[in-house]
Amino acid sequence: MSAFVQQLLVLIVAAVAAMIWLGINALVWVYCERKFAGHIQRRPGPFEVGPHGALQPLIDGLKLMGKQLLTPDNADAILYWLAPILSMLPVLLLFLPIPYGPVLTGMDVNLGLLLILAFSSFNGLAVLLAGWSSNNKWGLLGAARAVSQTVAYEIPLLLVVLAVTFMTGTLSLTEITNMQAGHIGNWFIWKQPLAFLIFLVAMFGETNRAPFDLAEAESELTAGFHTEYSSMGFGLFFMAEYGYMVVMCSVCSVLFLGGYHGPFPGVDGWWWMLLKTFALLSFMVWVRWTYPRVRFDQLLNINWKWLLPLATFNLLATALILKL
Amino acid sequence: MAAQDSVVQRDLLTKSGNYMDPPLVNMKLAQDIFDVCRSMSLWPMTFGLACCAIEMMATGMARFDMARFGAEVFRPSPRQSDVMIVAGTVTKKMAPSVVRLYEQMPGPKWVIAMGNCAISGGPFKIKDNYNVIEGVDTLIPVDVYVPGCPPRPEGLLEGFFQLQRLITGKRWWPVAAEVEG
Repeated sequence: MSAFVQQLLVLIVAAVAAMIWLGINALVWVYCERKFAGHIQRRPGPFEVGPHGALQPLIDGLKLMGKQLLTPDNADAILYWLAPILSMLPVLLLFLPIPYGPVLTGMDVNLGLLLILAFSSFNGLAVLLAGWSSNNKWGLLGAARAVSQTVAYEIPLLLVVLAVTFMTGTLSLTEITNMQAGHIGNWFIWKQPLAFLIFLVAMFGETNRAPFDLAEAESELTAGFHTEYSSMGFGLFFMAEYGYMVVMCSVCSVLFLGGYHGPFPGVDGWWWMLLKTFALLSFMVWVRWTYPRVRFDQLLNINWKWLLPLATFNLLATALILKL
Repeated sequence: MAAQDSVVQRDLLTKSGNYMDPPLVNMKLAQDIFDVCRSMSLWPMTFGLACCAIEMMATGMARFDMARFGAEVFRPSPRQSDVMIVAGTVTKKMAPSVVRLYEQMPGPKWVIAMGNCAISGGPFKIKDNYNVIEGVDTLIPVDVYVPGCPPRPEGLLEGFFQLQRLITGKRWWPVAAEVEG
C-alpha cells in the first residue's frame, strides 16, 4: 500500500513538474526564437519590453488570455474547443518517461519510447479536429496537409527508432541512455549516423516546423488549421508546438547523443541532457529562419523517395550486422 | 480604457470601435496590467493595400525593427491580430473586404490609418474620383492616423507609440530629438 502511495506521489510531482517545465520551455523558446530570428535578419528582435525583451513572451501570453474568445458560426463548438486541449494535454504525458538525469525521470516505464511515439501522434488528430470543426476552408486544407504530412513522416521515424531498438533490445529510454555511458565514442550517433540524419529531418516533418510547416503556410492558407482560433485557443496550439519540439529533441538526444551522459567519463548529469536538447532546439530554430518553405509535392517526395528507402535500408543493414 | 466600459451598443461598428463586453470583475489594477500587456504586444495583421505596405514591411525589417517593441508578429489570420494597419489606398472594390476583416478581428482591436490615401483619399481626392474611398474612417473607426505619402517607417513606429499611449494613457519611450535641416 505504501509503495503504491509513494508511486502515486512521485507521479503527481512529476506531472506538476512536467507542466512547469513545459511552461518554462514555451516562454524561453518563444523568446529565443524571436531573438534568433532577429539576429539572423540583422535586427535586435524584442528589446524594449523588459531587459533585452525578456518579458515579451510573458506579456504576449497575458495579452492572449485577455483577448476575446470566439467560436465561428456553424462551427462544431465541442470539437472546436476540444482540439486545442487535445493538442496540449498529451505533451504533458510525453515528458514523463524522458530521463533528464540518473534519478530525474518522471516515470521509468520499460515501454517509454513506445509511449512517446504513440501519444505524439495525437497531435495529428488534434490538428484534424481543429481544421475540420472550425468550418473554414483554409483550416480544412491545413488539417488535410498536416495529417498527410505527419502520417508520412511517422514511418521513417518509426523505422529509424526500430533500428536503434534492434541494437539495444529495449524500449526503455533509461536503459538506452545507460548503454551509451562512458565516453563520446559510445554514443549511438557513431553507430547509426544515417538514422540520426533521418530522425533529424523527420523531426521537422513531425512537428510541422519550417521548412515543413505546410499545415500553416501563411502565403497559401492564411494560418492553416488554427485560422479561426483566437486568444488562448491559438496560444494552446502554440505551446503544444513548442512542447512537441522539446520532446522530439529530447528523444533525439537520448537515442543518439547519449542523454545525460557527458562526452568523457565522470561528468554525467542533467546539464548534459539540457545542453544537447537545447542545442538541437537551436538547430531547429536556425533552420526555420534560414530555409524557405518547400512545396507540398517536394515535401512528400523527400519522404517517400528518400527517407523511407534509406530508413528501410538502414534497418536491414542493422539487422544484418547484428545477425553476423 | 473608459470607452470599453461605457459602450453598450451591440453593433461592432460603433464610434469607439474597440469595444468589449464590460468585465465581470472590474479591478482597476488587473485592467491596467492587461492594458499594458496589450499595448506591449500589438500584433498587426498581414494586410497591405498599396505602396504604404512597402514602408510597413520596412518597419519590420533590419533598420527600424518594430520587433523591439514586440509588434513584429504579423498574424495572417484576423482572429489572432490586435491592430489593423490600413496601409494604402482603399478602393470601392476593396472596401467590403476591409470592413469584413475588421469585423473578424476579436476585441480589443485597434486601427491605424497609414498614409494620406487611407486618411482622406490623398491624391485620389479629386473631382473625377470614381473608385477610391475618401478616408477609411468612413468605413471603420480609426484610432491613430499616420500622415505621409508614404509615411516613413519612423512615422509608423510613432503611430504605434501613440496607440500605446491611447491604450495605457502613458508615453513609454523617449521622444526623438529634432533634426536640423
